[in-house]
Amino acid sequence: MTDLVIIGGGPAGMSAAVAAYERGVRDILILERDDNLGGILRQCIHNGFGLHKFGEELTGPEYAYRYEKKVRELGIPFKLNTMVLDITPEKRITATNPEDGIFTIEAKAIILAMGCRERAKGALNIAGTRPAGIFSAGTAQKLVNMKGYMPGKNVVILGSGDIGLIMARRMTLEGAKVAAVCELMPYSGGLARNIEQCLNDFNIPLKLSHTVTQIHGKERLTGVTIAKVDENRRPIAETREYIPCDTLLLSCGLIPENELTKCTDATLSQITGGAAVDQNRETSVDGIFACGNVLHVHDLVDYVSDEAEIAGKSAADYIDGKRNKTLNIPITTDGKIRYTVPQRITEAKELTVYFRVADVYRDVKINVYDGEKLVFSKKKQKVAPGEMEAVKLKSEIFAYAKSLKFVLEEA
Amino acid sequence: MKRTLTCIVCPLGCTLEVELDKGNVISVSGNTCVRGKEYAVTECISPMRTVTSTVKCDDGRLVAVKTSRPIPKEKMFDCVKIINNSLAHLPIGIGDVIIKDVYGSDIVATQERN
Repeated sequence: MTDLVIIGGGPAGMSAAVAAYERGVRDILILERDDNLGGILRQCIHNGFGLHKFGEELTGPEYAYRYEKKVRELGIPFKLNTMVLDITPEKRITATNPEDGIFTIEAKAIILAMGCRERAKGALNIAGTRPAGIFSAGTAQKLVNMKGYMPGKNVVILGSGDIGLIMARRMTLEGAKVAAVCELMPYSGGLARNIEQCLNDFNIPLKLSHTVTQIHGKERLTGVTIAKVDENRRPIAETREYIPCDTLLLSCGLIPENELTKCTDATLSQITGGAAVDQNRETSVDGIFACGNVLHVHDLVDYVSDEAEIAGKSAADYIDGKRNKTLNIPITTDGKIRYTVPQRITEAKELTVYFRVADVYRDVKINVYDGEKLVFSKKKQKVAPGEMEAVKLKSEIFAYAKSLKFVLEEA
Repeated sequence: MKRTLTCIVCPLGCTLEVELDKGNVISVSGNTCVRGKEYAVTECISPMRTVTSTVKCDDGRLVAVKTSRPIPKEKMFDCVKIINNSLAHLPIGIGDVIIKDVYGSDIVATQERN
């Protein structure tokens, strides 16, 4: 029996492990499928990480190294090249690696920290042929930054997620020509700073309300047809435009990777794609916690680390039997606010509720209702889907509430 | 003259309004912090950028690198060219200088390679 097993050795898994160790847990094991700790940060060689957490601007590998160093210094055990195959609701983990073969571990507590993956070409239903030269932005990032291969010379990017923007700059600096970034929505899914420093710095046009309607080419991509879309996101035929290119990068959203979570019978949120959790990041299954991008996709790794610390400390308290679940308050939303994390409150202590909105809204109030009664309100000049929001709630606000509803209203 | 900038110092991405007179910055508004104001002034006078890339190691692997401080924006392409013509020698620790004095900055490793 192992006290705490953490699935995934990226920023979430490492941060959770360190937090649990510092809370007194010594019997910890991290299972990581790649050949190194660090997760996706290893290929994110650009800077901009860690301002919130460390007060300085780090690159992805530097941010990951801060945690890897701590894990190694504390002597927290980890197994690399290890793929977890199954987790039962009783917390029995089946995994495999080249040294141990197939093995099982019984855990007192589990933290799920598997991260997310990119929405792939198959999910986008683009018409046309299926030539070589179509990559997810993250695959292109791995090829350029870790393998030293350029995927192509003339590039179109579909989707304005941050990885796509970062790759527009990276490939431009390495000599490629990026013709355009097309975004289906009337606003970008990426951070404003990335539009500035990755597109505007290099005069790369961002075409909002545009999509790729056809892929051309037999062996290798020869071009794409793009078109403007109407308010229902349907392409307008008269606006079609052909762009010759040999490479199409897709940056169309990230999906939490929850195949293992489903094995545990934990309740999933239909909106985040991750587990539904309480303020301790505990799922509906006793002693199974989740944090980081497997729970919901974050904009900043700094917030992943914060969330993983909560999960790590809570798992430590669970192992010690130090828990005080006295409440069961569900948090619902109005649709303009798409979701909150956590989705329920089980303890009467101050908490931060994170949420994402469905569209760009200006001059709004974030209102929290207990039934008909307004219990919290905060003004906001602008909220956007690409930027996660947070509010702090004191325990007296909800101590006697049956449920809380988050509503976005005009200020 | 007025210029509108998007601050790139942190993920907030504040919209900055800069008032200029004959190339001199008169006032900055819209910034949330001191660093935003500094960015606006530098951006209007001599824009600077941090560059990140990779250098080939003598065993064929890549090591991630960055400029130790921002360099002039118009030198970004030349900087990447210099980086691409270099070879890094093992072992490499985080912060090791791989190339000295590139447009007023050093190129330093952001990864270990042993």
